Amino acid sequence: MQNNNTYLEVKDLSKSFGNFEAIKNIDINIQEGEFVCFLGPSGCGKTTLLRCIAGLETQSTGSVIQKNINISNEPPSNRDFGIVFQSYALFPNLSVFSNISYGLINNKWKKADIKKRVDELLSLVNLTEHALKYPSQLSGGEQQRVALARALATSPGLLLLDEPLSALDAKVRVFLRKQIRDLQRKLGVTTIMVTHDQEEAQTMADRIFVMKDGEIIQSGTPSEIYTKANSPFIASFIGSMNFIPAIINSSNKVKCNQIEINCDIGNFKANDSVQLAIRPEDIQFKQSNQDDNMIPGTIKEVEFLGSFQRVYFEVRNFTDELIIVDVPSSTARKIELDINKELNLYFSKEDARIYST
Amino acid sequence: MSLFKFADIRRGKDSSDRVGLFMLISYIILFLLFLVLPLGALISKSLQNKDGEFIGLTNYNLYLQEPALFQSLYNSLFVAICSTVIVVVLAFLFSYALTRTCMPFKGFFKLVALIPLLSPSILAAIALVYWFGNQGVLKEVLLGKSIYGPIGIIMASVYWTFPHALIILTTSLSLSDSRLYEAADVLKTSKLRAFFTITIPGARYGIISTAFVIFTQVFTDFGVPKVIGGNYNVLATDIYKEVVGMQNFQMGAVISMVLLVPAMIAFFIDRYSRKKQISLLTARSVVFKPKKHFKVDMIMLGFCSALALIIILMIGMAQFGAIVKYWPYNLNFTLKNYDFQVAGLGWDSFYNSVELSFYTAIFGTIIIFVGSYLIEKLRINEGYRNTVQFFALMPMAVPGLVLGLAYIFFFNAKDNPLNFIYATMIILVVNTIVHFYTVSHLTAITALKQMDKEFESVSLSLKIPIYKMFWRVTLPVCLPPIFDVSIYLFVNAMTTVSGVIFLYSYDTTLASVSAIHLDEQGEVAKAAAMAMLIVYVSVAVRLTHTIITKKVLRKTQAWRYNILDTK
Repeated sequence: MQNNNTYLEVKDLSKSFGNFEAIKNIDINIQEGEFVCFLGPSGCGKTTLLRCIAGLETQSTGSVIQKNINISNEPPSNRDFGIVFQSYALFPNLSVFSNISYGLINNKWKKADIKKRVDELLSLVNLTEHALKYPSQLSGGEQQRVALARALATSPGLLLLDEPLSALDAKVRVFLRKQIRDLQRKLGVTTIMVTHDQEEAQTMADRIFVMKDGEIIQSGTPSEIYTKANSPFIASFIGSMNFIPAIINSSNKVKCNQIEINCDIGNFKANDSVQLAIRPEDIQFKQSNQDDNMIPGTIKEVEFLGSFQRVYFEVRNFTDELIIVDVPSSTARKIELDINKELNLYFSKEDARIYST
Repeated sequence: MSLFKFADIRRGKDSSDRVGLFMLISYIILFLLFLVLPLGALISKSLQNKDGEFIGLTNYNLYLQEPALFQSLYNSLFVAICSTVIVVVLAFLFSYALTRTCMPFKGFFKLVALIPLLSPSILAAIALVYWFGNQGVLKEVLLGKSIYGPIGIIMASVYWTFPHALIILTTSLSLSDSRLYEAADVLKTSKLRAFFTITIPGARYGIISTAFVIFTQVFTDFGVPKVIGGNYNVLATDIYKEVVGMQNFQMGAVISMVLLVPAMIAFFIDRYSRKKQISLLTARSVVFKPKKHFKVDMIMLGFCSALALIIILMIGMAQFGAIVKYWPYNLNFTLKNYDFQVAGLGWDSFYNSVELSFYTAIFGTIIIFVGSYLIEKLRINEGYRNTVQFFALMPMAVPGLVLGLAYIFFFNAKDNPLNFIYATMIILVVNTIVHFYTVSHLTAITALKQMDKEFESVSLSLKIPIYKMFWRVTLPVCLPPIFDVSIYLFVNAMTTVSGVIFLYSYDTTLASVSAIHLDEQGEVAKAAAMAMLIVYVSVAVRLTHTIITKKVLRKTQAWRYNILDTK
């Protein structure tokens, strides 16, 4: 795995608080200029991992190597990183300008240079006109941009973002996502972001590390994680998913109740109990291939969700649960989605996956 | 190999960590020297005979066989419980009026109710002598009973502890969710039922806490029973008599232990109930806003006016007594009572008090604030931090009289290298800081908790040493509570009696102690004058404090005002 471009390496890192193991044997490699996300539900250890990389927590065992230098035992002040927190942590009694220049002053910069650098950063985050305001006079999104500028001021080699968008409104969050991503590309700074929001991770990261119970359970590009989730946990955590209890019958086919489904069974053997998984957007009302699976459904409920409609189907002899189908609103306008209407549902062999129960 | 060792020593630490560790250890040593070891000396003294030989619990046995001393325990409990019940009821109604009704003139009532904080507890006792004493104006009201005794002690205690109770209860009652009352209203609950099912349960921890605080204050108070107790002995006056009168230090130590135990129990119950209180209000609660209710508002106005009038009459009488020529025969005004003309008890003691208060406020604030910062914001050595936190809470459980006596035993010992501070201003300052440590410490901790816990992390990532960030951010942001702590220390150092009664020397007499001795010598008018001097200084300092705070805050807290401007 050792690669010339490896910027940060975490080797067999563990951290316990008393008897509680917050993270267990973490191994990761991050390339220079890469944007990675630690994604997982709260309590999965993602923030602890980030704090260990920053040196804000001391690992129990294992090591952190930045640019081929072992920094495992260095205090945070000897490490090269900038950090942004969910709570912004802006100094309330200092103006925006002073907040951003906070780290520069200590590094013995000249006044004129500091001014130049802060102005540069302010324009980078589009806050030039707010330089003399206090944090409390800014909106949440603006405050977080100040925090970002402050973290970037000293041009750190590594940028750490600890749930930076979680405290913000949905609209602002989407806007900042793009701004942070563009900024990161422009500066080429290696970045690690911690988040529990899968959409955030999907839209921003080059690579995602999905964490659960202190371990990394899958890593890969956003599309790899989405299309090739290696466990039902990830499949349902990232996007939504229909799970249908099934069994492998003697002819090595997947059988859900009375209906036989055509899909790749991988390493499963006859008589294994499994669950069939199909994403709501992968179910169609028209057949596109000869070997598509077909199940007969009856509409039980329709939810209007703006750009698409979520339709709940009852499928007899298949499963007791309702099957969710996401229909783009443009398609939905053509078909009348009335309650109790009967429709045939199609999904391809490739879109059906099976997981162990 | 040597490289490994180097890395081991440096593991996770940088220079600010090392400074922090050094300071934590310094605090532990200071607390050991000025709190724990003196108390240890007190305990061991209670187990020794006059020649310093260990005799086990013999002194305690002697104590239990002495009916007169036992009577004092009963008396102490009696006045403490009576005062507590009266204060809790009065203060509850008063704070209810302030927080839950639309009674007019709330600001005025709040101000008047806090007046007793500015005076030493003995001022109330002196005022009572003028009102109900042998030559008192209202002597007949007592129907032949003497004010010198439990009646006087209870009345004076109620007066000086009232604001303490009021502060806790007002806080407790203002933490209430108006949604609960709206829900009750919608369910057609009567006002009375809402009061008993929502108001009282919501405030119950505040009430419990108040009861134990007031109980401890009265139970351990020395000044009031000394001045107005007459022949009615309580534990605090017994300790004084044993130590100062009979030089029986061992028995003084034993009685101190008897005083210490209930105070400790009360302290732990209080801590427990305060912790419970916090969890009652969530971030989603909507703060209660009282509605107009003419009848209730008027009844409360009457009640609060009556209490306010009593408070004003008390302090007014003390002032009046201080400036008349010869009570009650010649009521012409004079300033001669302020010209004390009693050796060691005059203006010198007043200046000493001001000096003591000044030093206590300056050094106390610095020590307490830095100490609470170490506990709250350092990320190293949890064990040490917990130790300092425990020590910081301890003084609240130790009555001033007990601490003072403990200091004598510890620092007056010939072989103690710190013996040189005995009978100096230093020991008074140290004792006063320790005595009032806990409340100030908790104020500072609360202020620090409100600051984002990631400030330190941000500073570290930007390679700014923690002390720089303390100076540039923490200190400026925390200025208002720092001012509050300093004023609290100043006023308490001015008014305290029990902490310093054993520790002053001929050169370091204090105003509050002088007032007691003047009263002892029958110079009641001069005692009143001295007590009033303390009030003047307290008021003056409070006013200056308010003005300075406003000016300084406008400069350093511009960001706070800007919040108001823009939102």
